[in-house]
Amino acid sequence: MLLARVVGTVVATRKDSRLDGKKLLIVKPIDPWGKDESGYLIAVDTVSAGFRERVIIVSGSSARMASGCKDCPVDTAIVGIVDNVEVSP
Amino acid sequence: MRGVRPGGREGLPQFGTMQIGRVSGSVVCTIKIDPLEGKKLLVIQPVDKNGSNHGKPLVAIDAVGAGAGETVYWCRGREASMPWYPDQEVPTEATIVGIIDHIDLV
Amino acid sequence: MLIGKVIGDVVATRKHLSHDNQKILYVQIMNLDGSERGSPILALDAVDAGIGDRVLVTQEGWSAMTSVGKPFSPIDMAVIGVIDSVELALEPDSPEELRHNT
Repeated sequence: MLLARVVGTVVATRKDSRLDGKKLLIVKPIDPWGKDESGYLIAVDTVSAGFRERVIIVSGSSARMASGCKDCPVDTAIVGIVDNVEVSP
Repeated sequence: MRGVRPGGREGLPQFGTMQIGRVSGSVVCTIKIDPLEGKKLLVIQPVDKNGSNHGKPLVAIDAVGAGAGETVYWCRGREASMPWYPDQEVPTEATIVGIIDHIDLV
Repeated sequence: MLIGKVIGDVVATRKHLSHDNQKILYVQIMNLDGSERGSPILALDAVDAGIGDRVLVTQEGWSAMTSVGKPFSPIDMAVIGVIDSVELALEPDSPEELRHNT
């Protein structure tokens, strides 16, 4: 699982039918202090996350364990919205 | 994006999946674990879209009968053991699955 | 999943049985600013994408295999969507190149 920030959306009409009705968001991994890390991923949203919100993502085959993603071709899923991150100084 | 795919540089996922390369040699080893018996180990040099060498060579198991000098593509990870599944669990992380005739580029 | 651009078609006669009658695409993975990321990769086509299309690429095996209807095959990347549009939530200080690509 990784901390990430939602930075955008992707719209695709022609796609695998198992992805129909799923919201695809672009997320950028961040460090615990909120700083962007390199790269991005496109994730299926299962928690109605919004633009710029900090979220928890799961990647790999575990992403299919997210609600509504069973047996779907999903390799990254947003599974939580982060309220607060506390890190020891 | 740590953990997306092992082997990536600087914590980035490995995009070496299903890449193109040229067979540059073979590896012979007498003592190996049983599932690797009778399988051909080849050295692949990844190439870019112009056909020039790009990145470090790797060793892959051959599933299609490739030979030296041929341009091939391979797959990585758990999927690399699929050509022998479910008869055999082959511990490979790179398997040559096709020989490329040509590529139509834009 | 990642954003890629189809830059070519790959023809291979001798290949694993599961790849027979499958279209193999040569795909360049893109960064959000539109720049290229690493060398192009190969992905099997599940949505009849064409050269020049901006596509959604999955990099997880099971998803890739099942999207082309070949479970338990040596397939680790597949094109599972053709992207119509990408919208980025830009910060006021976002780099200029991001704006050009939204």
